[in-house]
Amino acid sequence: MKKTRLNAVHNKSGARMVEFAGFEMPLEYRGIVEEHLAVRTRAGLFDVSHMGEIIVEGPEALDCVQYLTPNDAGRLAPGQVQYTALTTPEGTFVDDMLVYCLSKPDRYLLVVNAANTEKDYDWVKEQSARFKVFVANLSDQYSQLALQGPLAEEILQPLTDIDLKQMKSFTFACGKVAGIDCLVSRTGYTGEDGFEIYTLSENPDVIWKAIIEEGTPRGLLPVGLGARDTLRLEAKLMLYGNDISEKTTVLEADLKWIVKFQKGDFLGKAALEKQLQEGLKRKLVGFEMVDKGIARPHYPVFVDDRQVSEVCSGTFGPYVKKAIGLVYLPIEYTEIGTEFEVGIRDRRLKAKVVPTPFYKREKK
Amino acid sequence: MYPENLFYTKDHEWLRLEGEEAVVGITDFAQKQLGDIIYVDLPQVGKTLEAHQTLGSVESVKSVSDIYSPVSGEVIEVNSELAQTPDLINRDPYGQGWLVRLKIKDKDELNNLMKAAEYEKYLEGLEH
Repeated sequence: MKKTRLNAVHNKSGARMVEFAGFEMPLEYRGIVEEHLAVRTRAGLFDVSHMGEIIVEGPEALDCVQYLTPNDAGRLAPGQVQYTALTTPEGTFVDDMLVYCLSKPDRYLLVVNAANTEKDYDWVKEQSARFKVFVANLSDQYSQLALQGPLAEEILQPLTDIDLKQMKSFTFACGKVAGIDCLVSRTGYTGEDGFEIYTLSENPDVIWKAIIEEGTPRGLLPVGLGARDTLRLEAKLMLYGNDISEKTTVLEADLKWIVKFQKGDFLGKAALEKQLQEGLKRKLVGFEMVDKGIARPHYPVFVDDRQVSEVCSGTFGPYVKKAIGLVYLPIEYTEIGTEFEVGIRDRRLKAKVVPTPFYKREKK
Repeated sequence: MYPENLFYTKDHEWLRLEGEEAVVGITDFAQKQLGDIIYVDLPQVGKTLEAHQTLGSVESVKSVSDIYSPVSGEVIEVNSELAQTPDLINRDPYGQGWLVRLKIKDKDELNNLMKAAEYEKYLEGLEH
């Protein structure tokens, strides 16, 4: 099993460790609910070094990224970040990811899901053969920390020479954090304000410890993958493998906003245009349980007594205090308020389609 | 963490003998494994249970777990506090976090349960 450079720190802090995407990762330190609420109300620090980092470099790097993704990477100036996907010719997901414009048009960083890093790297390499680019998988070199929550900026600012006040959402800058060279972006996977900190240093524990020290008096907690999942689901951020996959299209996932048909050709464009024209047959919707119970991944979903799909993501949302989830439903059942049933163990419990995200932070 | 006066099962329930009655709950180990408990499903008062029969379930953010009756008997009381504050199980698994009170059918069944020292040994075995 792979270990991140922060493995020893987690073990020392008494985290409960689990295997995830081939890595030994912290599931929880103090408990999912406590960690979840810390991020919503104060701040939380995550080790997400398992995430994959792929660099696409060369004179045709932008052309290559444009071809691989449905969003318009051409709109990115250096220092900007974009949520997008790697799409198949069928318009389904190889992965979802962030693209960082390091230098336009010749240098882009793709941040991908840990479980998909190898697959994505092979995919990008294969699909980019016709472009003048060099593709490198730097996942083992990069560590990534995420500092998330309303107090993230005030905790990080004393530790960095980057002026965080000037940093807008979905932008990044390079500078020092705790004396170590880093790339810091105002991004995250929790629905809160916050930062993701990338470093090639072999001592990311220095950054980890500095943030813990700075943040602990303000109520910051280290946060494991358990709360990372409940946080992202409340904010309706996709989890590859649960909510999106090679079997679901970008449009079915209700991510039309990352599809820019006008930008030129890209993998999956024709398929997505066709699907848009013909109309969707199913769509990913958010639901909450009406009856008492928690819907979990793969539980069967019924409408009019017939099984139509299964739960993608489902959990109890510790901040919204409801059992929530995501599911693909036939398009005629996707209207807000539509009721359906979830098979929870030996019972069928009522659920209903609700607006998403389940949680949205108030803008300052 | 594992009180001497209790009986234990391999499924991490505990049982406290009170005359002809038994109070049943889940152990500290079980509540830690489950994490933050959100819902508790308990049987109706009056229900008769066989040993090992499903008594109810405990659901946390992470997962759901069946609870089995350590012995045969009739449910004479359930902890109604848990409907409102299920996390009593996390905070006080051997006290306020109890689940049900049973009228024991056959005290001989207690011989099938573990004592604290045996349970602790059993847990050590699980962790390796």
